[in-house]
Amino acid sequence: MIYEPSVMATIVFFAFVGITLGLSFWLGRQAKSSQGYFAAHGQIPWFVNGVAFAGDYLSAASFLGICGMIAFYGYDGFLYSIGYLAGWIVALFIVAEPMKRLGKFTFADALNSQFDSPGIQIAAGISTLVVSVFYLIPQMVGAGALVTPLLGFDHWVGVVIVGATVMLIVVTAGMVSTTWVQFLKGSLLVFFSALMTIMLLSRGFSVDNGGQDGHDFRALGPYSPGQLAPGETLSNDNEQWTVVDSTKAWQETDFVQLEQDGVVTVWHEVPTEDGQVRLTEAQSITETKSGETLVNGLPKGKGEGEAVLHPTGYLSDLPGDQEETGPVGPLGFFSTLQESTVIRWPKAFVFEEDSKTTVYYQKPTPGSQVLRPGEYPGFQGIRSERLIDKLNFLSLMLALFCGTASLPHILIRYYTVKDETAARKSTIVGISAIGFFYILSLYIGLGAMTSGALDVTNSNMAAPLLARSMAEWLFAAISAIAFTTVLGTVSGLILASAGAVTHDLVGRMSSHKLNDTEQVRLAKLSSIGVGVVAIILGIVFEKMNVSYLVGWAFSVAASANLPSLVMLLFWKGTTKEGIITALLVGMTSSLGWILLSEDTFTQVYGLSADQALVPFSQPGIVTIPLGFLTLIVVSLMTQPKTQEAA
Amino acid sequence: MFDSPNGRIAMILFVVYLVLYSGFMLINVFAPALMDETPLAGVNLAIWYGFLLIAAAIFLAFLYGALCRPASEDSDNAEGGQQ
Repeated sequence: MIYEPSVMATIVFFAFVGITLGLSFWLGRQAKSSQGYFAAHGQIPWFVNGVAFAGDYLSAASFLGICGMIAFYGYDGFLYSIGYLAGWIVALFIVAEPMKRLGKFTFADALNSQFDSPGIQIAAGISTLVVSVFYLIPQMVGAGALVTPLLGFDHWVGVVIVGATVMLIVVTAGMVSTTWVQFLKGSLLVFFSALMTIMLLSRGFSVDNGGQDGHDFRALGPYSPGQLAPGETLSNDNEQWTVVDSTKAWQETDFVQLEQDGVVTVWHEVPTEDGQVRLTEAQSITETKSGETLVNGLPKGKGEGEAVLHPTGYLSDLPGDQEETGPVGPLGFFSTLQESTVIRWPKAFVFEEDSKTTVYYQKPTPGSQVLRPGEYPGFQGIRSERLIDKLNFLSLMLALFCGTASLPHILIRYYTVKDETAARKSTIVGISAIGFFYILSLYIGLGAMTSGALDVTNSNMAAPLLARSMAEWLFAAISAIAFTTVLGTVSGLILASAGAVTHDLVGRMSSHKLNDTEQVRLAKLSSIGVGVVAIILGIVFEKMNVSYLVGWAFSVAASANLPSLVMLLFWKGTTKEGIITALLVGMTSSLGWILLSEDTFTQVYGLSADQALVPFSQPGIVTIPLGFLTLIVVSLMTQPKTQEAA
Repeated sequence: MFDSPNGRIAMILFVVYLVLYSGFMLINVFAPALMDETPLAGVNLAIWYGFLLIAAAIFLAFLYGALCRPASEDSDNAEGGQQ
């Protein structure tokens, strides 16, 4: 789709960024020491820290990715909501208070609290850096995806704006301003999401033939197979098409190309019960080797003789043959949808010698199917008979459960409050705010699915476009919040990385002991370095799916960090050698698994899924236990001699 | 860590949630058709169970906050242990 830049959204966006920067400069005066820079002097009120947890956590993946996945596939996106929140239970009951008690600045501090081992500090520092960079990529990609419709800029401009703004925030004030930015953002995100949900319920559902641009998607037929031979003429009440003599690549699909006034469009063949075929209008984007892009057979653009994709997302049937429902209640929303039919728009690819065509076609789907797990390609295995297919789902849910409490930018937030009680209370506030938002995410995602405003090419835009379908001011607010969402999360991640570089890597490897001023200066330089890396990766990974990338970060974090953290608390026999080995084995095995998986082969390398070297894509179910096992075995092999004698 | 009264409460509540979460995963994997059932108000089990998991997380978090002793009192009652 081509988006019209919105003046109001632009003004609101720059106002947000201006306020955020102003706040950073003002608060920056309070953070001159390293204790202030990394941990806000441990003086952040617990309630503010709790909402800031929500701000940190409800990143681009949660707000844009989950809502988008629900809008495209239904309930499956909500599985991420459930898994992400469940991870907070591990954080609250197992990690929160010990983290506060044992550490000072970084996750490595807590792991190393009783060993004082340079090896642990360095290994944990590397792990922090790797996880943070993996988590940074989707945030930056999300920033670029947002800026395109919001301001009409290119993807890379959005990435650079976010990167530069975040570097300014982090360099000026460190954890104090980062926390307040997160607090502001977390509060606004939950408030406006609740408002959007109320408006959504008030609007209810209606039956339609197309999206908000007023285009009615057409259907032709039914026809017998012979009537679809090349050169045959097809017509409805007032239009006429000729069946195109398509190439072999098209003949092998269930799509038909029809020509009208020199323009070739794509139609989907839908078999009927009596052996005939109906044709439903599809949408297509063709990219030729010469660099030309055709949309529905015409050059891409909004001018005369040009075309853009039509927005989608609508119901073809409501229960009791209603045309519209009027306002619905919170439960009525689901029970109505359960009995309705949703038109989803899956995609397929057709490769010809000199072009690649992406076809988006109508797929009427019963509401009952949309509201149950198993529609998203990654989760279809749960309905399979093969156990190996089900393992992918189990593995992801395990990684989400274990990953939250292992994310460095979440863990460092425990150092910004004054004591363990405050750490506990702030986690409870965080869980409440995040849980409430995740309930709303199901309404927002399903609302976007039926809003008539979906962009079939970009699931990340579902929530902002839903807002636009309701009111321009809401779109302005939601887009600005989504942008600051990215801003806030990136700030936290860069700060966690800077802490790892300063304390865990340089601090341990350098023979020169850094004084307080040097530590802060090095952290600021590291922030700029990590920020530049994030900008570059955000541009390079433009086409990658945001949720997919976040899955990497959770799996690596859970495999590398959680075994050491948990065993240190549970098992007296844990040794420093066990921790170092578990960190490195967990990190490298999960990374290796991801790089050899089907998802990476198909989405990153562009290779066939058959060539993948591991049996399923999500590593957690193998690499998290491997981390625990490694720690236990190595610790048993390296027990101190005094203990053996005893 | 889990020798202290607060630690024991945390452990019990963690296990309660773990059972609920595991139940959700196992139903999805071994009896996915159950998730299609609509036990109440025309809303299916998948949504009810998902909401239950979110509500349970919030409820258990508040319960933990209410049951926990102040940190000083808690460490006085700890019987030792790793941390």
